Amino acid sequence: MRVVLRNPRRREIQIAGNRQVLAILEELGLNPETVVVVQGGALLTRDAYVADDSSIEVISAISGGM
Amino acid sequence: MRCLKCRDKASVEMRRHNAAYCAPHYVDFFRSHVLRNIKSKKMFGHSEKILVAVSGGKDSLGLWDVLTHLGYKTTGLYIDLGIGEYSVRSREKSEAFADSIGGKLVVKDVREAYGEDEMGITELSKALRRAPCSGCGLTKRYVTNQVAHELGFDVLATGHNLDDETATLMGNVLHWQMGYLARQSPVLESTHVRLARKVKPLYTFTERESLSYVLIRGIDYIEEECPNAHGALSILYKEALNTIENQSPGAKSSFLMGFLDRAKPLIEAAEDVELAECIQCGEPTTAELCAFCRMWDRAKSARRLNRGKI
Repeated sequence: MRVVLRNPRRREIQIAGNRQVLAILEELGLNPETVVVVQGGALLTRDAYVADDSSIEVISAISGGM
Repeated sequence: MRCLKCRDKASVEMRRHNAAYCAPHYVDFFRSHVLRNIKSKKMFGHSEKILVAVSGGKDSLGLWDVLTHLGYKTTGLYIDLGIGEYSVRSREKSEAFADSIGGKLVVKDVREAYGEDEMGITELSKALRRAPCSGCGLTKRYVTNQVAHELGFDVLATGHNLDDETATLMGNVLHWQMGYLARQSPVLESTHVRLARKVKPLYTFTERESLSYVLIRGIDYIEEECPNAHGALSILYKEALNTIENQSPGAKSSFLMGFLDRAKPLIEAAEDVELAECIQCGEPTTAELCAFCRMWDRAKSARRLNRGKI
């Protein structure tokens, strides 16, 4: 699958196989509390499955400086 | 995972509430909880004029969106801090959002209002040789106060969320900043005629929950980080707190609410301060010359001195 990381700079990576969101985030070393995963405009919960032939975006929620 | 309300496929999960919602019910949940925060903390009423400080980021635009939908009388305030292209783009996002909701946006440019020779936050921090975030925070607090008073607003609302508040709390506890701890609150009542009441209606929502609302609503916010925020301690504290939260859902909320309910009243009683007026600008301060005037005067002198040397 195609994973677009918006952290906030955009970069793209490929991950093989059908995977659960939580497993994808673990593989990327991302804390699920700090990101939102989006597929085709819909937000995904950590238990959702993502098919190998699809595409998701992982958007960082953390902003700094106050 | 299923929506708690309609059993449809869930979009947003909140482990600390043991709940999940589909997109439409999440929007309802978010707005109703903002309203609950406003009412339970007596932040403001429908007759009051509210100035919403907006940065073009997700939290402040999301807050303005919610308050508009709840029928409050709001005006946006964007402070142009003069941080290069970042300020240009964040101002554009703020203006576009204001247009989209038919809202009024006040823009204050610090370079025109306070700096000289186009001195913004970047030049200020260089002249003072200090981290930009501290000068930026002080400037934003000063400008928002001043604009709220000059334009006759009762309340100043900011988009600070649970992650912001717990990161600030952690920083203040690590350094035992008793004065700051005494003043950390979702509602800061006016203690001087020139100070508006300050409120943080999103203080119970995590950054992920705030972002989820903004994404579902399709709000176009500035995604890029302020270039000065790189390496900011607040980000380090947020990472640490989110590592704990991931293992122990509800830890951040418990940290903040426990402080507000149990520790803050004790610290507040011991840290009562008298406010006077700055001899230079007339804004409220605990000193003769306020921290804002001291900082900008020092930066202007340093800049003139450096230019003289060249």
